[in-house]
Amino acid sequence: MTADRPNLATAARRLLATLAAVAFPAVIAAAPAMAASAPDAECTPDASTACVVAIVLDEDNNPVPDVGVTIAGAGFEVDVTTTDQGPASVEVPQVGAYTLTLDEATVPDGLFPDATERQVTAQRGIAARAAFNLGTTPPEDAEPTDGATSAPADGETEGSEPTDAASDGTAPVGEGLGGADTTTRGGPSFAQIWQQFGSGIRFGLLLALASVGISLIYGTTGLSSFSHGEQVTLGAMFGFIGINWLNLPVWLTVILVIIVCAATGWLQDVGIWAPLRRRGTPVTQMMIVTIGLALALQYAIQMVIGGRSLRVLPENPKPLEIAGITLSTVSWLSMVVAVVVILFIAWFLTRTRIGRATRAVSDNPALASATGINPDRIIRIVWIMSAGFAGLAGMLLAISFGSFNWSLGMLLLLLMFAAVTLGGLGTAFGALLGSLVIGLVVEMSTLIPGMPSDLRYASALVILILVLLLRPQGLLGRAERIG
Amino acid sequence: MELSRILTQALAELIAPTTAAIALAAIGLNLHFGFTGLLNMGQAGFMLLGAYGFGIATMSGAPFWLALVISMATGALFAFILGLPTLQLRGDYLAIVTISAAEIIRMLGRATVFQEWTGGAAGLTGGSFKATFQELSFLPAAPERGSFGPLEYVFTGSDSWWTRLFAWGVVLIAVLFVWLLTRSPWGRVLKGIREDEDAVRALGKNVFSYKMQALVLGGMCGSLAGMLYVLPRSIAPDSMGRSLTFFVWTVLLLGGAATLFGPVLGSMLFYAVYMLVRAGMREGLDGVVSSTMVEQIGGLLVGVALMLLVIFRPQGILGNKKELAFDVR
Repeated sequence: MTADRPNLATAARRLLATLAAVAFPAVIAAAPAMAASAPDAECTPDASTACVVAIVLDEDNNPVPDVGVTIAGAGFEVDVTTTDQGPASVEVPQVGAYTLTLDEATVPDGLFPDATERQVTAQRGIAARAAFNLGTTPPEDAEPTDGATSAPADGETEGSEPTDAASDGTAPVGEGLGGADTTTRGGPSFAQIWQQFGSGIRFGLLLALASVGISLIYGTTGLSSFSHGEQVTLGAMFGFIGINWLNLPVWLTVILVIIVCAATGWLQDVGIWAPLRRRGTPVTQMMIVTIGLALALQYAIQMVIGGRSLRVLPENPKPLEIAGITLSTVSWLSMVVAVVVILFIAWFLTRTRIGRATRAVSDNPALASATGINPDRIIRIVWIMSAGFAGLAGMLLAISFGSFNWSLGMLLLLLMFAAVTLGGLGTAFGALLGSLVIGLVVEMSTLIPGMPSDLRYASALVILILVLLLRPQGLLGRAERIG
Repeated sequence: MELSRILTQALAELIAPTTAAIALAAIGLNLHFGFTGLLNMGQAGFMLLGAYGFGIATMSGAPFWLALVISMATGALFAFILGLPTLQLRGDYLAIVTISAAEIIRMLGRATVFQEWTGGAAGLTGGSFKATFQELSFLPAAPERGSFGPLEYVFTGSDSWWTRLFAWGVVLIAVLFVWLLTRSPWGRVLKGIREDEDAVRALGKNVFSYKMQALVLGGMCGSLAGMLYVLPRSIAPDSMGRSLTFFVWTVLLLGGAATLFGPVLGSMLFYAVYMLVRAGMREGLDGVVSSTMVEQIGGLLVGVALMLLVIFRPQGILGNKKELAFDVR
């Protein structure tokens, strides 16, 4: 979360990257700016919304109206036009790199842009700004500059003049427009660490909800389910359909999502896994079946919701600060739901007959069936539960992150595998522990100065490989499990 | 006549460079899974690395053959790094690590940090790395076209006879190589590992070392396949993701794992049918479904086909069911 990150910029190029700090008025009534829609919607960054702001200034650092800027990034492209009120902001569907291209035809006559293209890195809770300065003389060097700036996600984003400027003191910062130039080049502050810690706990809890199923399935059947990621996406998709297409209230949608997703788990077990188990199909073969299922589900989901990023909740999330951590209100609620469900899972596994039978089947299926447990029934319950929790996790993740697309589960699968391997494959509580660690590491790795946010998921892979090298049975696993 | 056009399209897929590339990737996967029983779920990662290795080396001024070697070396290195922590563990750990690592490679390719070399999410355009390959052509230069039956392409260019000739030549060499390997004592040890690892260990063989050699060789095939895959197109990280890995698996299991010609037959049949189905849908359901929808239905059908194939005919077309290792190693 350092303020400026011109990775490739040389000193000379940075001189050009004069990014003025701008405090723009709070705009609450932002239309849902989905991909390629509502091009002039204002965007208010919060913990789950990423904004890209295009600023066009003249020599006196006053905003220049009616200049067209194209903001393009991963599968997303939108044209915005500046107004005399100030910058044009737009919500972007996902974090990552965006390129802003100035439409030179719309630049007023007699003014020359210092650059026609700028790169920014959008992050949640942040308005990534790129400023184009128009001068009256043609610049001698108008190469595109990497002026990626971002302000810390400080919650009071809209009120408190979020400042960010990558100027080296050579260019005047627009005093009329913004606050002081607080370039944070050093390490992250405690507040930032604490904020990312909160985000990490949020991500970890939701990840735990998703990955406990993978671990239960592995424990009871020995199968690493590669289609579990798509089960998570299914939850987000059904949540989107319930709220946006059927106009159901959120609480009802959450319940319906759990039921529908659990039903997909039941259907799978009845239709595919139980017959395969009866045939004595080797686990590897079933694993490849899960691959086919993942592929089929992925394309089926694309057919329903398309390739765009979608928002589950149409209205903009409201930030809420608790104990110095600012997350959207729905994020906090999601965390509460996740904690309640995780406690329920813990209670179920340790205190109920079926739960204890589940653990018995995980430990030793032969012995369990000798004591009168029906492993087939237990495995069916595990499939139902896993799919239900994965669906719930998907919906909560989509709500907390603001938007999702069809590839949500693909990304999460990698993190879920890292989490369950870290915790110990097949141990339900290991999955919870591992998920919290992975969530924290992924979110807090963005604090490392110079660490690009689009690489934060790579830290999960590093953990995965380190765990396999040093303690392959995971934190809570037993050595004989690894075979 | 619409039907003849569709059939011609399907026929063209039989010898398309992409078909050759996927056949080579499946040959590599066959070394992993078919002969050794290793579950590599990240073949697309190997391919993407190989493509980047070739593209970036060429753009840095490397001659064609050096770039080719660099491309294969990246795959070998990647296999070595992934094999080190996982090959002494049970089989699904390799699957988990490879599928994750392939996804990470794609993310690294997209990342803004390496944009200078990889071109970020937009990738590297074809023109930037194909010159040395096309200079190698002994066929007539660019505007000259040649036809063979209903198929007509330029002699030298991106989507050309030269690309086809080269790609299938490489596949032929790889088939020959695998044939020699698998009938050697070395190949018999690999099959032994697939069947019973402990028995091979009891014979005093270093199982880890043999598995690593198979993983590295298959990975090199994979990265070479990635290079072939991008010869008629640009290097785009998002086109070489998880779906591509799963397509390669479908190709291998369709043709028959643990067979010599299975990957090649699987790839030709897969792409011909895949094209037939999609072109048929485009013509037959014109106006009913959009062209994106056709792609999605196509992908959906591949997934379903993979499931049915594994459940009902795991040995594929050419395979021998007794020889197939579906036990976790």
